[in-house]
Amino acid sequence: MALIQCPAGQPASVPALLHRNAEKFGDAPAYREKEYGIWQSWTWRETRDEVEALALGFMELGLNEGDFVSVIGRNRPRLYWAMMAAEMCGAVPVPLYQDANSEEMAYVMSHCGARFAVVGDQEQVDKITDVKDQLPEFERMIYLDPRGLRKYDHEHLSQYMALQEIGRANRDKHIAELEARQAKLNYDSTGVMLYTSGTTGKPKGVVLSNRNIIETAKSSSEFDNLRQSDDILAYLPMAWVGDFIFSVGQAMWTGFCTNCPESADTMHVDLREIGPTYYFAPPRVFETQLTNVMIRMEDASKFKKKLFDYFMGVARKVGPAILDGKDVSGMDRLKYRLGELFIYGPLKNTLGFSRVRVGYTAGEAIGPEIFDFYRSLGINLKQLYGQTEATVFITAQPDGQVRSDTVGVTCPGVELRIADNGEVFYRSPGVFVEYYKNAESTADTKDAEGWVATGDAGFIEPDTGHLRIIDRAKDVGKMASGALFAPKYVENKLKFFPNILEAVVFGNGKEECTAFINIDLTAVGNWAERNNIGYASYQELARHPQVMQQVQEHVEAVNASVAEDEMLSGCQVHRFVVLHKELDADDGELTRTRKVRRRIIEEKYADIIAALYDGSAQVSTETEVTYEDGRKGSIKATLEVRSAKVFADNRKMAAE
Amino acid sequence: MKDNAESYVTTDGRTIGPVVMEMKNITLRFGGVEAIKDISFDIREGEIRAIIGPNGAGKSSMLNVISGFYVPQEGEVWYKGSRRPPVKPYEVAQQGIARTFQNIALFEGMSVLDNVMTGRLTHMKSGLLSQMIWRGAAEREEIANREVAERIIDFLEIQAIRKTPVARLPYGLKKRVELARALAAEPSILLLDEPMAGMNVEEKEDMSRFILDVNDEFGTTIALIEHDMGVVMDLSDRVVVMDYGKKIGDGTPHEVRNNQAVIDAYLGVAHD
Repeated sequence: MALIQCPAGQPASVPALLHRNAEKFGDAPAYREKEYGIWQSWTWRETRDEVEALALGFMELGLNEGDFVSVIGRNRPRLYWAMMAAEMCGAVPVPLYQDANSEEMAYVMSHCGARFAVVGDQEQVDKITDVKDQLPEFERMIYLDPRGLRKYDHEHLSQYMALQEIGRANRDKHIAELEARQAKLNYDSTGVMLYTSGTTGKPKGVVLSNRNIIETAKSSSEFDNLRQSDDILAYLPMAWVGDFIFSVGQAMWTGFCTNCPESADTMHVDLREIGPTYYFAPPRVFETQLTNVMIRMEDASKFKKKLFDYFMGVARKVGPAILDGKDVSGMDRLKYRLGELFIYGPLKNTLGFSRVRVGYTAGEAIGPEIFDFYRSLGINLKQLYGQTEATVFITAQPDGQVRSDTVGVTCPGVELRIADNGEVFYRSPGVFVEYYKNAESTADTKDAEGWVATGDAGFIEPDTGHLRIIDRAKDVGKMASGALFAPKYVENKLKFFPNILEAVVFGNGKEECTAFINIDLTAVGNWAERNNIGYASYQELARHPQVMQQVQEHVEAVNASVAEDEMLSGCQVHRFVVLHKELDADDGELTRTRKVRRRIIEEKYADIIAALYDGSAQVSTETEVTYEDGRKGSIKATLEVRSAKVFADNRKMAAE
Repeated sequence: MKDNAESYVTTDGRTIGPVVMEMKNITLRFGGVEAIKDISFDIREGEIRAIIGPNGAGKSSMLNVISGFYVPQEGEVWYKGSRRPPVKPYEVAQQGIARTFQNIALFEGMSVLDNVMTGRLTHMKSGLLSQMIWRGAAEREEIANREVAERIIDFLEIQAIRKTPVARLPYGLKKRVELARALAAEPSILLLDEPMAGMNVEEKEDMSRFILDVNDEFGTTIALIEHDMGVVMDLSDRVVVMDYGKKIGDGTPHEVRNNQAVIDAYLGVAHD
């Protein structure tokens, strides 16, 4: 693969972009954060000064080129700055998931040998302190929020702002060296290291160069016409590649403003106040918002409800077409206009989507109803497909070609190839440098020509060129009958029902498919409340006969829909249980990005799976659970195993 | 027990100052009922002082004596070095004593923010006219007070409910809002009447953390009544134990826990 040369004059590193923005957009807002009830903002020039002060402070602490600096906390401007300051010093920032437990942190921090950590608050300080003995290279923590830390031994602790003051005071001593280090940064130097959440095995450190970051940011910004005046809301985990590219990569490239919410709980209020023009959310967030809207409409007055239903009908009919710029009759246009005035406009305003010009969802498949709901309101919601190793972007949907069942066409500069077994391979300027200290995995994933295996099975639609993803390649298997087994395909269909939060389908190498179901406590709980059904816990609600009946209906509806697909009709769910506990990342059943870890679930619930296949009507089980603070307990339960109606397709019907 | 005048440092590194409030031989009667019988104890600056006892032991009455709401028939209350005469509730607030209530006493129809702002009342000096015209001093004062309120909202992590009417909040959060309102007065002594009553384990842990943080961050002296023995033992520096209006124990959690009278009265006598 030919090396892409850094064009003359174009900034070749993240710090260089920061300097450019400070010169070019000096007084434009770069970061905002709501604190003490007010949006505080920093211009690009102020941002550069803050970052530089911290970098000088790092120098005073003795941060060397090539060192690793962990950054842990919720999205806050100062933590983003910490990443940039580390880059300025020639060090590598390693953002971590803030809800990671001590052991997970210990693994990552000892793997990269981090010397410093910039953390948000006491919680993170405590977690690192717990595992400090396992981290021989670790030296010092820099914390942001001093609360609760007054009594702590400050031998290995510094306060963020205090360190910046130290940096400013020692400016003369270090500035020459700091500038020299920045001058050395080029397209090949490491910009960031991100640990993959790891659906299997230990997390791997994905090394991304400045080339990866800047080239991807540039091409994707151009793809969607991002502007300097855009606003985004940064609320997704900082350790996730998407947030890094949106809030650092693209923000730096185009110079738009990154807004940080006041706290995780205030996200929806802050979203509304900021009204981002460029917005990203996983399907789950859109689902939750839609559920909330529907719940509130149930409580609205009859007239309002009628109005809502009528105009939503109009929107469903013509909204997506209008958004795509297709032909729509004058009458429909007029009705849609009225709808915009009475319903869509106010609704979008309440949701915080009034100004969204480009919206993306990715990470999981999104339900067609949910997707269409937002698009029919006139929100330009699109899908993209990507992964950490690609610096996010592999495919994305261009304006005007948006559908819920594909993930779009290749992004600029990306090449795609489908292997014989259906696995998707890509090659692009965003392809990662390596897995840190793991040459073996690097070689497994990336071949000599730069092609990277995604691990996903899919195909390219011949007439449109859109990529469709079926499932994880390693999860796609064969049933005993030889039929294709694609669990995720079925799970997604199940999860499109608001009542079902999570589903795990089994059946590889078996005669028939079975499933675990998690109900959605919010949606089902609300239904229970409206129907005067009392319940004390998730467990109790999950085994309520009416709930079981509803789930059964959903499973059968999915079976009917799966039966229509010739290739996958074997994947119908014959028997299922509604689990007695929610699958949880703290128990290792999901990744931190909430993807199902099949192997672990299969081992942990082997007794229930056995019951699904041996025909028993119920199964007693005991499960160990881990609470948020790390303590362990156990849940005992007797689960009802239900059989669902399956629909044989016409060819098989004769046989049965 | 340490000498009255001096300050000392606790094992976990906090400085406990000299005595700031002293109860001397307090007796409180309601008609013929003696709610409090000849009780003396003191509260030191910067400490967390717990008052515990079984139901009806006179804990809340004691707190009401401290807050000046009840005037004891006998005995003296000494505050900051001088004897305190009978006082009006607003005078107590002005003297830097704030409290929360066992049965939450918030303005249900008002937002959380407005409730917290009422805690700033003693800090508002501008006149009625100036408040009405909303110029100059009144406006500046409001901004300054709002800032204090916002810092407390941030401190207690209730940003998400800032604009929510209190009536719509669950119990645990109401308790937290009440704490916020008391803190907004920037008290030197904070009285908490069963801050954790009716809470689940998680809420109790949160509240404990907030109480410790308040003490740590603002240096506020805290006197609290609590039923949950585990919580009391973890939180407090010194504990007064009451039973049937009498003081039956006083000392560090460790001393109190090993006091036979306390074990018998509070934890129950073993029947064997």
